[in-house]
Amino acid sequence: MKTVVHTSGAASERPAASYPAGALPAGAGISLKPEHFEQLLETRPALGFLEVHAENYMMPGGPYHHYLNRIHDRYPLSIHGVGLSIGGPDALDELHLERLSQLLKRHAPEAFSEHLAWSSHKGHYLNDLLPLPYDETRLALVCDHVDQVQERLSRRMLLENPATYIQFTGSTLAETQFLTEVIRRTGCGLLLDVNNVYVSCINHGRNSQDYIRALPLDQVGEIHLAGFTHDRDAGSAPLLIDSHSTPVSDAVWALYRFTLGLTGPVPTLIERDNDLPPLDTLVAEAASADRLLQSAGQERSA
Amino acid sequence: MSIEARFHTALLNPEQGVPGELFSWNSSDTTQRFNIYRNNLVVSLIEALSSTFDVTQQLVGRRFFRALAREYVPDNLPDSPVLALYGEHFPDFLEHFPPAAQLPWLADMARLEWLRVRAYHAADAAPLSSRTVAARHEDPQQLLNARVQLHPSLGVLDSEHAVASLWAAHQGQGQVADVAINSPQEVLILRPEFDVDVIILPAGGADFVRLLQTGASLGSVMTHTLEQQPDSHPQHILEILMGSGALIGLQPEQEYKP
Repeated sequence: MKTVVHTSGAASERPAASYPAGALPAGAGISLKPEHFEQLLETRPALGFLEVHAENYMMPGGPYHHYLNRIHDRYPLSIHGVGLSIGGPDALDELHLERLSQLLKRHAPEAFSEHLAWSSHKGHYLNDLLPLPYDETRLALVCDHVDQVQERLSRRMLLENPATYIQFTGSTLAETQFLTEVIRRTGCGLLLDVNNVYVSCINHGRNSQDYIRALPLDQVGEIHLAGFTHDRDAGSAPLLIDSHSTPVSDAVWALYRFTLGLTGPVPTLIERDNDLPPLDTLVAEAASADRLLQSAGQERSA
Repeated sequence: MSIEARFHTALLNPEQGVPGELFSWNSSDTTQRFNIYRNNLVVSLIEALSSTFDVTQQLVGRRFFRALAREYVPDNLPDSPVLALYGEHFPDFLEHFPPAAQLPWLADMARLEWLRVRAYHAADAAPLSSRTVAARHEDPQQLLNARVQLHPSLGVLDSEHAVASLWAAHQGQGQVADVAINSPQEVLILRPEFDVDVIILPAGGADFVRLLQTGASLGSVMTHTLEQQPDSHPQHILEILMGSGALIGLQPEQEYKP
């Protein structure tokens, strides 16, 4: 039986770590893909920032680093990890933490984020963001992992809410409670993926506005918007797949508008990983987000 | 056994059903929901293989490639999230996969493609120019006694088949029909600057590079190559290596590390 050394009581008394907050501007950015390197540098579209997956740049050298340097000279950069497995019971992979630390030193991004999920087990990488049970034991473990990451990287990280398809009978906390506690105990920020909120709430029969209201919205450092695909479960209920393969849906735009009404302007990413459209299409989606960000800013100052 | 262990096992073994501690809000059967995770795992790793092994896929067709990748993935999960280098063992798998036996050059094509991806992401280093080498080593004997430092992106392949020509034909350089597939080829894969080069070496070239990799002096490698293959031209091989940017440093005899 595994002993959990880190009790939740001790964790809640510990002052939250203080690291410099990220410096992404409150504008709209897009996912940066190698297919768009050249065109982006040639056309220099108006974008608030660009975001890459950390694991795609964890190589010793080559053109990816060259392009990322040149692009980061012109745009703020967010590095978004997908492979740290923060939500799993295994100890964080030292080698992977070291790769991450080297990458952040090399490119000095304005923001770094990871997921509330697990992706590795016993040395095997499963290449997906898998769900975890929400209970006190797991909460203490995830807090330890986030502490370890922030100490190792000497920076505040943002933790992203997951898109899930299934729930655990052993969960004793709501996902929003779990996230709120991790943020309170570790001092990390929230990467609020509005598409994930919508997808998960449809998939689990919840109200997405209630979900958002239950989060510590003053800690949101970035918002993600993306597209999903439609499926149905065995009971014919709608089941949404977080595929990042389609434009942002009308429902998610509406939920984004609702969110901005509560948070004010927040750096926002149009996230696209599959069925990559032309660069112009993504830039146009980012411009739509920018318009909403600007009106959210005006409403605030009015 | 942790829930993650049961989850992991169930992902890879659909016949074992879904872990019991999972449920859905509307009490619908969890299998269909769990299958999303099963599908994500396998399909995303097949995609990773298909992007690295592009010509290999073209040789067998998309459907067959996906079928054999589906066989490979469950027993060869990545050990790291750095997926660009996933598939190191895929060529060996192809070599021993009976349905692929009709294309005996398939495994070497996959080896060539994996070496290309490795070279693309390898550490950067400035090649030595022939002029620099000549200027620094006016005494030829001094040059022969030196050890060479090879480019970190460099890889070699020794194939019974003309895989470099076949690969080039798939890049629009020549016609596939014109490739004499049964002629052996020794191939150098290298990224001296921005682009990965695939260079056909003269006979004895692959062994020549492998000996250099062991740290043998240039002179001893040239002598050995000539002994092994009396019709080879070590001087020519060296010129190709220098011309292609394969050398990044020379270590004179007196500076050999112990």
